[in-house]
Amino acid sequence: MEKVQQLSIFAENRPGRLEKITRVLGENGINILATAIVSTNGFGVIKFMVDKCDLALAKLREAGFTVSLSEVLAIEMKDKPGGLHDVVQILSEKGVNIENASVYVAESRKRAYLLVEVKDIEKAKQQLKNSGLTFLGAKQQAPA
Amino acid sequence: MKKAAKENSMIWNKQAECMPAGERRSLQLARLKAAVKRTCDAVPFYRKRFGDAKIKPDDIKTLDDIRRIPFITKAELREGYPFNMFAVPMEKIVEVHTSSGTTGKPVVTGYTRNDIDLWSEVMARALSMAGATEKSIIQNCYGYGLFTGGLGVHYGAHRIGSTVVPISAGNTKRQIDIMLDFQTTIIACTPSYALYLAEVAEEQGIDLKKLSLKAGCFGAEMWTEQIRTEIEKRFHILALNIYGLTEIIGPGVAHECPEKCGLHIFEDHFYPEIISPETLELLPEGEKGELVLSTLTREGIPMLRFRTRDITALHREPCACGRTLVRMERITGRSDDMLKIRGVLVFPYQIEKALLEMKGIEPHYQIIVTREHHLDEIEVQVEMSKKLFSDEIRKIEELRRKIEKKIEEAIGLRAKVLLVEPKSLPRSEGKAKRVVDKRQL
Repeated sequence: MEKVQQLSIFAENRPGRLEKITRVLGENGINILATAIVSTNGFGVIKFMVDKCDLALAKLREAGFTVSLSEVLAIEMKDKPGGLHDVVQILSEKGVNIENASVYVAESRKRAYLLVEVKDIEKAKQQLKNSGLTFLGAKQQAPA
Repeated sequence: MKKAAKENSMIWNKQAECMPAGERRSLQLARLKAAVKRTCDAVPFYRKRFGDAKIKPDDIKTLDDIRRIPFITKAELREGYPFNMFAVPMEKIVEVHTSSGTTGKPVVTGYTRNDIDLWSEVMARALSMAGATEKSIIQNCYGYGLFTGGLGVHYGAHRIGSTVVPISAGNTKRQIDIMLDFQTTIIACTPSYALYLAEVAEEQGIDLKKLSLKAGCFGAEMWTEQIRTEIEKRFHILALNIYGLTEIIGPGVAHECPEKCGLHIFEDHFYPEIISPETLELLPEGEKGELVLSTLTREGIPMLRFRTRDITALHREPCACGRTLVRMERITGRSDDMLKIRGVLVFPYQIEKALLEMKGIEPHYQIIVTREHHLDEIEVQVEMSKKLFSDEIRKIEELRRKIEKKIEEAIGLRAKVLLVEPKSLPRSEGKAKRVVDKRQL
């Protein structure tokens, strides 16, 4: 089963912080595939799935950000009514709990991926064996 | 390496530093009597003070009689700006220094030739505690100029015969280059600057363990045991505490020996007392209060019972190093910058200690005090670090709450903790500004 990588960046919750991060990515020709922002009590964690993970990690660190790279599952969904439901139903049947999630639309109206963060990715992989789900892999995350 | 630094530590003036207590008291009394007489004769301010308090210099017959002398404060010294507190004619003054003057006119201190000699002597004692010898290379990052730090260390290094590198404050990149190239063995700077140096050096990929550095004399601001541990761990050195103040002489009033059980006050020249900042009563030995200092031998600007505002306690049990000099605890606050928050006394030091007891927290923080709707609020800004970061926001939030709880346990008040981005809090090359009080009181 394949998995993809996601960046997590610590940011203070104030104007201009996201702009600074996206500028680093843009200036270095890094494409953002999916985004999620979680914030609470004055700070937030910004999550990006990008095409050049290692470059993004290095450039953001250089710019002084606290960043980490973690693995997530990217599960293929049909980009049509009921598409998300079909995937979530399987996850629920197999007992996989979603910690955080976001969506990567690979081809509009055709193919999308649900990016799922779980507590224990190895365990989730076991649970989802033979589930019939299709996963996006590192090769497909990298630029074409 | 630390062991070596400890073994290097020497007693500069055995006769003075290891003198039996009784003998020293006789010496102090003789010097005090002479100082009182000299001061009252020469300085109108003191003459009037003694007159108002209805005492004469001859009334000082024992060391305990010092209590009859009224205190002198920084505000009063300022009124004598610039030279009215001097006890000798200007032709006898060979050098002047001033306090920073951040809160008004600075205090000016004048040194006679003998005062410079005294300063060199006490600083030689101090640097010797850190292991300084003729062979040492002392990188002096204290500011040269009107500030006493730079030249105080300079004179002490000269007296010993060490090689002093008078690099002064600032230009961190160059400090690191010099430290490497000159194989500096002893560094003198503020503790916060030492940590900043470590941070910059690490960013440049320099392995701090490979430096020739063996010890450091850190002072001119309040710091904690946790910061000591941090400096010692990062640089692999012996980090010792130095204390002094412009009004008394500059650095060299007291210094720690490698036993690290308090700073030995050079009490044959500077006479210490501890008083309650509220009642102004003398406190028993070992109790925490405000340090009051009198100079016994200064000529240029003698000081009788100067209120330092620094909070500490004195201990007289024998020290393993062999010195009989009284020891003062590290300064844990200032009687004038303790924060009164919702009626509770809070020392910034307490918050720092709580923070640094938690693993992974960088010693960079700022305390912001505000008053909203007549209620004081404290916000403590703490920098996020690689070690603390998690990609799960829940874990970061847990950490934030844990810090809040830890601070609440330390100060008895709820403080709001704000996690901020790494390196976003101001770094200083001198005294770190830890508290921003935004209340309009």
